[in-house]
Amino acid sequence: MPALPRQRREPSGGIKFVEMSNRKTKSNILVRAESLSQVQRILRERFCHSTHGELFGVQVQYKHLIELLKRTAIHGESNSVLIIGPRGSGKTMLINHALKELMEIEVSENVLQVHLNGLLHINDKIALKEITRQLYLENVVGDKVFGSFAENLSFLLEALKKGDRTHSCPVIFVLDEFDLFAHHKNQTLLYNLFDISQSAQTPLAVIGLTCRLDILELLEKRVKSRFSHRQIHLMNSFGFPQFIKIFKEQLSLPAEFPDKVFAEKWNENVQCLSEDRSVHEVLQKHFNVNKNLRSLHMLLMVALSRITVSRPYLTSADLMEAHQLCSMDSKANIVHGLSVLEICLIIAMKHLNDIYEEEPFNFQMVYNGERRIRYFLSGTSLMPENTNVLIDYSPEFQKFVQRKAHSVYNFEKPVVMKAFEHLQQLELIKPMERTSVNSQKEYQLMKLLLDNTQIMNALQKYPNCPTDVRQWATSSLSWL
Amino acid sequence: YKPHSKKRARVQWFVRFSEIHPSKQHLLGRKPEAQEIFWYDHPSCDSIVSVETIIGTVQVVALALDESPPAQLKHKGFFVRMSWDTKKFWPLSAELLAELGRRGDSPKSQNPVQAQTKTAESPAWTTSEHAVGRIESSHSASKSRQAAARPATPGARKRLELAGLLKTPNTRKARQTSCAASASLGIAKRKMASSTASSPSKRSSPDEAREDKSSSECRMVLRARIPVTSTTEMSLGITLTPSRRAQRPSVTPSINLTPENIKKRETKEPEAHTEEVSTPHRSQRKSSLLTLNRIKQQLRYLDCKENDEKEEEFVPGAGDSDSSSEEEEEGDVSTSALPRTSRRRQDKNLQTATQPSLQTPSKTPKKTPRAPRHATPQIRSRSLAAQEPTTVLEEARLRLHVSVVPESLPCREQEFQDIYSFVESKLLDGTGGCMYISGVPGTGKTATVHEVIRCLQQAAQTKDVPPFQYVEVNGMKLTEPHQVYVQILQKLTGQKATASHASELLAKQFCSGQAPREATVLLVDELDLLWTHKQDVLYSLFDWPTHKEARLVVLTIANTMDLPERIMMNRVSSRLVGPRHFSHGAALSGDARRCLDICRRATEICELSRQKDGTQGPVTVAHLMAAVDEMSSSSYITAIRNSSVLEQGFLRAILAEFRQSGLEEATFQQIYNQHVALCRMEGLPYPTMSETMAVCSRLGSCRLLLVEPSRNDVLLRVRLNVSQDDVLYALKEE
Repeated sequence: MPALPRQRREPSGGIKFVEMSNRKTKSNILVRAESLSQVQRILRERFCHSTHGELFGVQVQYKHLIELLKRTAIHGESNSVLIIGPRGSGKTMLINHALKELMEIEVSENVLQVHLNGLLHINDKIALKEITRQLYLENVVGDKVFGSFAENLSFLLEALKKGDRTHSCPVIFVLDEFDLFAHHKNQTLLYNLFDISQSAQTPLAVIGLTCRLDILELLEKRVKSRFSHRQIHLMNSFGFPQFIKIFKEQLSLPAEFPDKVFAEKWNENVQCLSEDRSVHEVLQKHFNVNKNLRSLHMLLMVALSRITVSRPYLTSADLMEAHQLCSMDSKANIVHGLSVLEICLIIAMKHLNDIYEEEPFNFQMVYNGERRIRYFLSGTSLMPENTNVLIDYSPEFQKFVQRKAHSVYNFEKPVVMKAFEHLQQLELIKPMERTSVNSQKEYQLMKLLLDNTQIMNALQKYPNCPTDVRQWATSSLSWL
Repeated sequence: YKPHSKKRARVQWFVRFSEIHPSKQHLLGRKPEAQEIFWYDHPSCDSIVSVETIIGTVQVVALALDESPPAQLKHKGFFVRMSWDTKKFWPLSAELLAELGRRGDSPKSQNPVQAQTKTAESPAWTTSEHAVGRIESSHSASKSRQAAARPATPGARKRLELAGLLKTPNTRKARQTSCAASASLGIAKRKMASSTASSPSKRSSPDEAREDKSSSECRMVLRARIPVTSTTEMSLGITLTPSRRAQRPSVTPSINLTPENIKKRETKEPEAHTEEVSTPHRSQRKSSLLTLNRIKQQLRYLDCKENDEKEEEFVPGAGDSDSSSEEEEEGDVSTSALPRTSRRRQDKNLQTATQPSLQTPSKTPKKTPRAPRHATPQIRSRSLAAQEPTTVLEEARLRLHVSVVPESLPCREQEFQDIYSFVESKLLDGTGGCMYISGVPGTGKTATVHEVIRCLQQAAQTKDVPPFQYVEVNGMKLTEPHQVYVQILQKLTGQKATASHASELLAKQFCSGQAPREATVLLVDELDLLWTHKQDVLYSLFDWPTHKEARLVVLTIANTMDLPERIMMNRVSSRLVGPRHFSHGAALSGDARRCLDICRRATEICELSRQKDGTQGPVTVAHLMAAVDEMSSSSYITAIRNSSVLEQGFLRAILAEFRQSGLEEATFQQIYNQHVALCRMEGLPYPTMSETMAVCSRLGSCRLLLVEPSRNDVLLRVRLNVSQDDVLYALKEE
């Protein structure tokens, strides 16, 4: 990953060198480029592999967990615990840290670890195989193709039952996405793990990680009874000052950075940033939306990718732009890229929504036949009567086209249909029921997945939007 | 032995129904008759065998499909109607029928059961010898009932050949045909086999022989035995010795089990066992059976105690004859294994190794398909000794752990007494019965029953109650209700079988009441998991004890008090004896496990506070309360308080929308609009749709909200998973 940006940057450095034709500058730039790529590598690693980062504000929880693990490892005491917290609150980081510390102290030889993930081990059969594999029980099994599920279960249970507190090696089970294990049939795996952890067999520490607060309600009562009801909550319970501190720590370069001068300057700059008011503003906005560290990492990652050799330090503008990128509305972005015809269709749908109060519509309602347009254009005298008819059929798009017949918006029906389908592909409109082969596309009921505010915002930013289209969008029914 | 080493006899192969793989038995489509056997049509058995291995001849009558067996072979002899080629049953081909018929039609002219079988020998001898013969016949021709009736070649030729050999020293009948070349390798082994097998003194007095068995021998026997009890799978292709054994050449041939034999052996149902048992010398057999049982128990004990040593420090038996004789008693596996070895070699020689897998077992450490079954899996032991508690709190914590079995079960005296006297009375009467025990989780149902069993086992040791066998199964430890049969059968007899087969075997054992056995106490935990639509599992569990001869006491445990009324059909529940309900009176929870866990946590909190302020106070009520709070408090409110501003705003918008619409559900779009309106009112910048959607899904993943799958986008419906009051409370505090 770090190699790529370096390759991209070097040409620009080279060009500068040619322009300046100054040996000293050249070497400076090369050194700087080298340092910069190192900075990016270090920080990107920090942001992407956040599960190995530093712990923030969870000392109490960490102590609880590490004490528990130590008791299992040292005393052979069986335990079970759930670590609960929203996504990105550092559950995996917490357990990783604890396991790392546990392995560093003298017990490392004394502990077996089994890591399971509810997203991977989707039923007990797969989970059992994985447990057997991770416990190296396969050696006993030989190269035999594994037996039936029932055999596997009794095999594993027998293996775990053989042990006792003082002689067997404790096993630490880490169940990621613990809630998904609760959906396994009869919760057999959970029952047995908890049951072993509550009986005098091989010492187990069962650690479940989940983001669901209602996890205990998912457990069946006898499974629940066997669970020790220890819960460790990680709640992102820090305030904004701490958030700033985290921001600073996350951006600061470590002391062992090779280019000391650059590191010093960089850290100085970070210190300045953390005191800058506009940076505070950006961070406050970000903090208000999302407290978890992962989103902060995302913000910093975007900002980090904006530094270049010529502008080697982060500025508040970088952060602001990064924030804007992060908080952009994805659908508004899609609307920006639509053709005028598609925009017109969306505006027509918006009007339909206004008239019919969110009732579903179909293509024919949005667009009614070309013939009628022509007719309407030729016989203006019929307009008063026809207006009613038209409103009944809600030919929104056509009405607009009628009025603006002089301009370019006279499209063939298949073309409009194509545009309509494209909107469906973009999931800006959604069919109400599943498409069947027989149903006519024109009459399929649809709903618009855009909000009025989104449409209006998008139109304002839409490049080269014809004024009459814009007017039409804002006009609602007043033009009638 | 030299003289007969070259003697060969021509035989025809038949197979008994019980020796056909159970999974294939159904192919017959009908019940085999008592004396029916099948023509064994398989290329792997050559019709030339060593004479030594033949025990006797038997009369076989070939019949067409529609013929009924002739009355004259009432007790001796067999009839054959179909052939078996390991895949399918076929009617006998016309020419085969003719050939067999030629002899069958003139039974008189045929040799009756050969007189030279060693009926004079001790019965043990006979059986073992018989086993040799049987196995030698590869796919085992039928076993003898009485002395040694065996489906060997009918025909005068054989008799002629045998005539001169009647006086061989060890009274083996030997028939000779050519095939001298194939003798060499096989003979050495066979010699060993016969030498080990022919120590009649040992075998005729198995009890004495067993008295002085050292434990190492026991272990060895165990190894030999386990495979026997393990598989029912049988495929000729992969019948190889477990590599563990193969790698130990020092292990005497008696250990060199050839799985094929064993498997074949296993495919035989218990009737094979009983048949063997019912040899003429019944009393002797009985006594040996008793010892067998005793040894079984001992082995079971050893199995538990020394399984690890067993893996590592295997000592080859002190004497071959000892071990092999013992193994014979265990089910004459080892002896049967021996000749097989030789036969394999013979095969190889004769067939020029057409089947690569059919190698000598000792040299084929190939796949060991059955190893996992009898391997005793175990988590490796720890390298550092577990630290013993040093402080009072650690000690307390150790004792408070749920796994610790208390010396007494307070408040369970009455229940204990009820269950104890129930089981005891049934054991004393020699009858059966079943009891249903219910109670919410953690009230000590299982613990009490375990205590009862422990006391009864003690009583059995002091002969206060008759000895009984204890089997425990747990519905939650099964993958499927019918697996309960497999587990019970395995724990009861050590056999392995498929679920349907095991249920048949158990039904036979409990309902037909053949041999007097010791009583059985069966504990079925988590009974409700055994519910099936047809309730066949529950029915049979409750039906077995009603058979008087079953001597089965079934104790069933489940959470639900009204399980019998609720999920059982009448015919099932009518077989149930009075339920016994467990309850605990407690303010917070009747769950003893929970209580212990809370206490344990309280000691931890106490320790933590000691570390903090260096005091040495005991565990106080405050610590306990802290533990209770920690373990039972709801985290929703803390979660809301710690959520971001936007998340809280979204929750407010939900409340506002609910209040406005009067419903408890709203679409995302409605809430978003509400949110935007609220923001405008307060003059705040309002968030984009994407941001709000992310907030919504975050709250949904924590289950503060219940949301539809996100593919509905703005139309997805949102509900609160917390009460509105709680949300308001949590938001107001700020």
